[in-house]
Amino acid sequence: MHDPDAPDSDESPHRLTRRGFLTQAGMAGVASVAAAMPLVGAAEAAPVPEAPDIPGTVPVALRINGTTHRIRIDPRATLLDTLRETVHLTGTKKGCDHGQCGACTVHVNGQRVNSCLRLALMHEGDDITTIEGIGVPEALHPMQAAFVAHDGYQCGYCTSGQIMSAVALLKEPCGPSDADVKELMSGNICRCGAYPNIVAAIQQVRGNTRVSEG
Amino acid sequence: MKSALSQLSFARPRTLEEALTLLRDEPLVPIAGATDLYVGLNFGTLKAQRFLDITRLEELRGISVTGDRLVIGAGTTYTTIMHSASVRAHWPILADAASQVGGVQIQNRGTLGGNVANASPAGDTLPVLAVADAILQLRSAQSQRAVPFNSFYTGYRQTVLRPDELIVSIELPMVEGKQWFRKVGTRAAQAISKLVMAAVRTEAPRIALGSVAPTPLRLRRTEAALAGGSSIEDAIGVLQTEITPIDDLRSSEAYRRAVAGNLLRRFWAS
Repeated sequence: MHDPDAPDSDESPHRLTRRGFLTQAGMAGVASVAAAMPLVGAAEAAPVPEAPDIPGTVPVALRINGTTHRIRIDPRATLLDTLRETVHLTGTKKGCDHGQCGACTVHVNGQRVNSCLRLALMHEGDDITTIEGIGVPEALHPMQAAFVAHDGYQCGYCTSGQIMSAVALLKEPCGPSDADVKELMSGNICRCGAYPNIVAAIQQVRGNTRVSEG
Repeated sequence: MKSALSQLSFARPRTLEEALTLLRDEPLVPIAGATDLYVGLNFGTLKAQRFLDITRLEELRGISVTGDRLVIGAGTTYTTIMHSASVRAHWPILADAASQVGGVQIQNRGTLGGNVANASPAGDTLPVLAVADAILQLRSAQSQRAVPFNSFYTGYRQTVLRPDELIVSIELPMVEGKQWFRKVGTRAAQAISKLVMAAVRTEAPRIALGSVAPTPLRLRRTEAALAGGSSIEDAIGVLQTEITPIDDLRSSEAYRRAVAGNLLRRFWAS
């Protein structure tokens, strides 16, 4: 399945993405409704504010992939929702939204966490790394390349979380066997069942290419 | 995010003293790992809106051996506990329990103090603390007190912790004898326990079960039966009178009773 959040492969500077299209279509919809309302002046309706100062929001500075983002968020916002909806880093996926599936896995100060279970405000001052921060299409992280080489996915929805967990696993105490890898990857669920290929990809990067029980 | 409350306040103290002062002055819900809290917030079952983030408090972190006790800061994560040489040396079943909580992402954030304060009867580490006769050190801005873990819970999700108090550390007195721990869940990883047992094989055996009563349960009469030379079948009979499991979405009373008996038999045969 094509990732609905991934940009099209078209390299033109004005490439159209599904997300960009939907955002613009939504704004156009607001503008046309406003124009149809006689009591609303065109000057008031036309500009859509970039970052409206919504009552109840609070300022926060989050360091994500080495860049500090100064944003305003609802204090209840999870790190996951903030990454996706406010910072527009949509590589991190929302699966179950309560810490069971691992699709939202990111790194905080080098440790993997479920971003759906973190309040974004708890991470001011931390180093947050998302899938966008570990490699780009032109220069993939070895784990990303291994997932491609081993077909470590089918629909791809869990993939960024799987890769973030796998990259963290490289620095965690983990035995050499496939069973050891499976134990440490147990926080990431793949409903397509690409597990054998995911384990093979991780073992290749770790230098343990032995394929076992499967 | 289903919580309807729009005004949420969030304090991030730098020191324990500052945290305790904030708790003294207004009702705040302490959060550390937030791994259980956010589930409640998402499901709309948590009504709290004023939080105290205690993850920055160095005073709550760390593991040490003091005299005959293993002392664990309440804010110590499962990851730290499961890899601690001191824990593995003195209370290896606490390391086992920590390694079976959720996945690595949860273990990196969830804390021992959070497992205790959350007061779920299914908490994976709680039967270990029960057989350890652990002591909880509680502090408020005005006072400090030590509460035995086995009298901390007063009912389902009810504890003696006052709103102005924080659990600062958990002390586990050393024990002689073989330690034993089993978690029974739907699958090996990422499942809330249907049943969890911790035990120590000594002249006076210690046995505790989770998910069989409104609170983690120390099986005093079953222990006494085994210490007094009862057969394992008789002891299982006593165990059945001590536990009060329920039918819920994770399991049934009948299953929990059967497995509780089986676990006791396995422990005694080990």
